[in-house]
Amino acid sequence: MSAEGQKLGLAIIGAGPAGLSAAVEAASHGVPCRLFDEQGAPGGQIYRALESTPLRERSLLGADYWRGGELIESLRQGIEAGLIDYRPEHTLWQLNRERELGTLSRGRAALTQASQVIVASGAQERPFPVPGWTLPGVMGAGAAQVLLKSSGVALDQPLVLAGSGPLLLLVAAQYLRAGVPVAALLDTSPKDALRRAAPYLATALGAPDYLLKGIKLIRELRRHGVNIVRGVEALRAEGDGQLERVGFKRQGQWQEINAKTLLLHQGVVPNVQLSRALSCRHRWREDQLCWVPELDPWGESDAQDIFFAGDGGGIVGAEASKLQGRLSALQVAARLGAITAARRDEIARPLRRALARELRIRPFLDALYRPNEAWRRPSDETLVCRCEEIDAGQIRAAVRAGCSGPNQLKAFLRCGMGPCQGRMCGLTVAELIGETQGRPTAEVGYYRLRSPIKPITLGQLAELEIPEPRAAKTEVD
Amino acid sequence: MPTRLSSPDSRPTLTLHFEQREISARQGDSVASALLAAGIKSFRTTPVSAAPRGPYCMMGVCFDCLLVVDGVPNQQGCQVQVRDGMRIERQLGAAEITP
Repeated sequence: MSAEGQKLGLAIIGAGPAGLSAAVEAASHGVPCRLFDEQGAPGGQIYRALESTPLRERSLLGADYWRGGELIESLRQGIEAGLIDYRPEHTLWQLNRERELGTLSRGRAALTQASQVIVASGAQERPFPVPGWTLPGVMGAGAAQVLLKSSGVALDQPLVLAGSGPLLLLVAAQYLRAGVPVAALLDTSPKDALRRAAPYLATALGAPDYLLKGIKLIRELRRHGVNIVRGVEALRAEGDGQLERVGFKRQGQWQEINAKTLLLHQGVVPNVQLSRALSCRHRWREDQLCWVPELDPWGESDAQDIFFAGDGGGIVGAEASKLQGRLSALQVAARLGAITAARRDEIARPLRRALARELRIRPFLDALYRPNEAWRRPSDETLVCRCEEIDAGQIRAAVRAGCSGPNQLKAFLRCGMGPCQGRMCGLTVAELIGETQGRPTAEVGYYRLRSPIKPITLGQLAELEIPEPRAAKTEVD
Repeated sequence: MPTRLSSPDSRPTLTLHFEQREISARQGDSVASALLAAGIKSFRTTPVSAAPRGPYCMMGVCFDCLLVVDGVPNQQGCQVQVRDGMRIERQLGAAEITP
């Protein structure tokens, strides 16, 4: 049996706020863990490249970014103490209900079984399909932030941002702080956004300083004289082989701006690839317009001994993700006999109070930045499945021809069957099917996902080291 | 052209071979970051319509940054760290399956 094949107590997937906090909390109770992460360095998306970013001027990326330093320091101590076995550059291609983790690192596949698993695979940007969004030069706002943090690279100008949500404003501000001009910010928030969010304002005021931060960001953009265009009704990206112009419709009139980069953003949604591949029970969150796995108060799913912490279980933000990571780790520590149930509950109590405080802002943010139907159910000529190049018109036609749901749509159109495995189209497809059939998205459901959730070659699978007890019955499901 | 904002940048400089060009990168860049910083926007053409594509998400989600890295096709450019002397090509259409 190889070293990889020995059964682990605790495996954690993802080294962002939730995964790091879970590892550190477990280590504080003497529970060792193996922490797998796809990236080369810890931090997830929010604290990405914190130890190595060339942008050392702290005001540029901002205090919320540098706050991650403490957590990464604790990780380093956990590694030093021999309690956290940190495995960067490990891509997870499988997790099943037997808690066998299939990983791939530098072309080498391995299979590891753990008795407890905490999945902290975070969020992705909500798909934002507009005509031309596949042109080189059109990217997610999150992508621009990754480039800033990890490489100090600012994208080609003129640069236009479009959409809604806190991240869009933050990216604009970070560019401006770095001296990079922003040609325009096209705000797609519905006109009644503030009115819809107003009922949640009183609760939001009880949350830590999120509201103040948002107001400061908007003021910062105004101070820099950014052209903020409100009430944008439609968008399109145009160019020959790459982006050259951004068209936008306001008050029924189309206008154009020259642009070499267009950054799109309309919020983030949970990364459900693993929870779906595990066939966990999911529910539709109408307030966040996304699917989430059903979890108990410790984050455990209906797949026994598999927990979900952080944005992967519903969008909560970095600080709440840390608390959820710690709560899941406490339950694992109790289950493995490292602490008593009473001790677990005693430590959990203040964490739960802090979590409730953190979450007070969410209903307000969810209502304020809820994208309108028009942005979630694109016009017929808009590509929805980027991999197989299927547009919204084809999807609507297939549904009218009798296609019953997302899984049958694969047979009709190959929609969702490309390399991204539905990550970029799944939510849009469900919305379009619901719209055409006249039923709620919650009833439409989602793609059935199967491992491998990341590409692995047959050669790599063939060379897989298989732990002895499973050698006879191993399969890739 | 995109701008490298960081000067001084203490990270070591590496050289990549992109088709017929030499590109300088920094340790810690992903392959996708290094190509974008060098002004390369189109990374592949699609198997369906041969449309040009470049990175969209930079976090392993969209699979639009697929490249051939050191002869191996279907590599997510945003998930592969640069190493000195790496050979990188655009992925044109579907990857060829070779024994």
